[in-house]
Amino acid sequence: MIELKNICKSFTSNPVLEDISAEFEKGKTNLIIGRSGSGKTVLLKCIVGLHNIDSGEILFDGRVFNRMNFKQKQEIRQEMGMLFQGAALFDSVNVEENVMYPLNMFTNDSYKNKLERVNFCLHRVNMQDTNKLLPSELSGGMRKRAAIARAIALNPRYLFCDEPNSGLDPQTAILIDDLIHEITEEFNITTIVNTHDMNSVMEIGDKVIFLYDGIKCWEGTKNDIFSSDNKYLNEFIFATNLAKKIKESQTG
Amino acid sequence: MSKVFAWPEKSRMYYKQIMKELEYLGISSIGIVVIISVFVGAVIAIQAANNIENPMLPRYLVGVGVRDGLLLEFSPTMVALILAGKVGSSISSEIGTMRVTEQIDALEIMGVNSASYLILPKIIASIFFFPFLCILSLICGMLGGYIMSHLTPICTPQDYIYGIQYVFYPHYFTYALKKMIVFAFIISSVSSYHGYFVEGGSVEVGKSSTRAVVYSSIVILLFNLILTQLILL
Repeated sequence: MIELKNICKSFTSNPVLEDISAEFEKGKTNLIIGRSGSGKTVLLKCIVGLHNIDSGEILFDGRVFNRMNFKQKQEIRQEMGMLFQGAALFDSVNVEENVMYPLNMFTNDSYKNKLERVNFCLHRVNMQDTNKLLPSELSGGMRKRAAIARAIALNPRYLFCDEPNSGLDPQTAILIDDLIHEITEEFNITTIVNTHDMNSVMEIGDKVIFLYDGIKCWEGTKNDIFSSDNKYLNEFIFATNLAKKIKESQTG
Repeated sequence: MSKVFAWPEKSRMYYKQIMKELEYLGISSIGIVVIISVFVGAVIAIQAANNIENPMLPRYLVGVGVRDGLLLEFSPTMVALILAGKVGSSISSEIGTMRVTEQIDALEIMGVNSASYLILPKIIASIFFFPFLCILSLICGMLGGYIMSHLTPICTPQDYIYGIQYVFYPHYFTYALKKMIVFAFIISSVSSYHGYFVEGGSVEVGKSSTRAVVYSSIVILLFNLILTQLILL
């Protein structure tokens, strides 16, 4: 479980996150949603320690992450996997070496065992037989899937995804969403996904928190969204004509 | 700086990285160092001969001039400036691109000390290999002068060979190597710094690459003066 307690973050006296508290449960896909510029990515980067917070606490299964020194943070980070918006694959090495990288760095397994694990992870994301391809030879969806394979290589306890389906067609986006959801349940990990894709919210959102201008405006499950009377959430959810029509058809 | 010189998570991975950098930063620079050194050695030989107008001065001074010109200034300092352009911009743009494409963040999330993993092997590879490039430059420069002694009437090849062996001070050689080791550290660390802390996109990567070359060159020139005063005076 990941707990956030009263997180505040500002950049050069410009507040980006204000007093955010939330709990993200194990084995569930937790979503952070909000408009572009609402602070989703900053919040996610604060949680994983890429940004230092101004005040508050971040707890990973009771361990206060933000007060740890660099060495202690490194140890916790070995329990994390992250899927970046642009996949962030190492572009000078092939898919196999990308997925094997954390295994090479943090395990003493034989090459055979490591290769088995790589093949298992690639198979899990339906990327078998792509071992020798370079990231530049992959499509957007394949890059994301390879990045997920790398993220799960070390059996992480926490998985973070920053806009996993941005720039993907709807079908591939659903594939990626389903994959994240399945992996979360299969390996019983705590997953936090940043997104502004409503399709993802309705597909995989076990728990959803909504950010508006750096403030947590709403929290609930995907089933609560349509019945919410939160003005900002409704503006966000029903921004598209398709969503408006769905609401109209539901309200009769 | 303390993050860069932290103890590696896994020595074998760092060793592999150092080998990669030796090839990327060192071996790939051999060509340009050889070409420039041969031509500069040849030019110094012609200029030295041109300045020896007095018939009382022996022609073997052409060899002495080429040797000392290369040893004292060209092979350590000018080659370092050339490497600041070639290697410095490459280090800065490589690390800068990794920064803007979130590859460095990905390393950090995995629990890797990205500063150490990316920068330390470059510093070690540069410090280890650049002195060899200095020696290579020296050899190629003297070869360039020797070729000119064959092709032109500046002096006889025998005079030239006699000149490059004449009154040789071994500490000039160690002075050149010491300078090159310091310059190697400056090039790799200054360039890595500019790449590592880049913010923005491809335009900023380009700017950081330019800054890396400019600052490396200025620091090299400054340390050239300081080291010359400290070692030679």
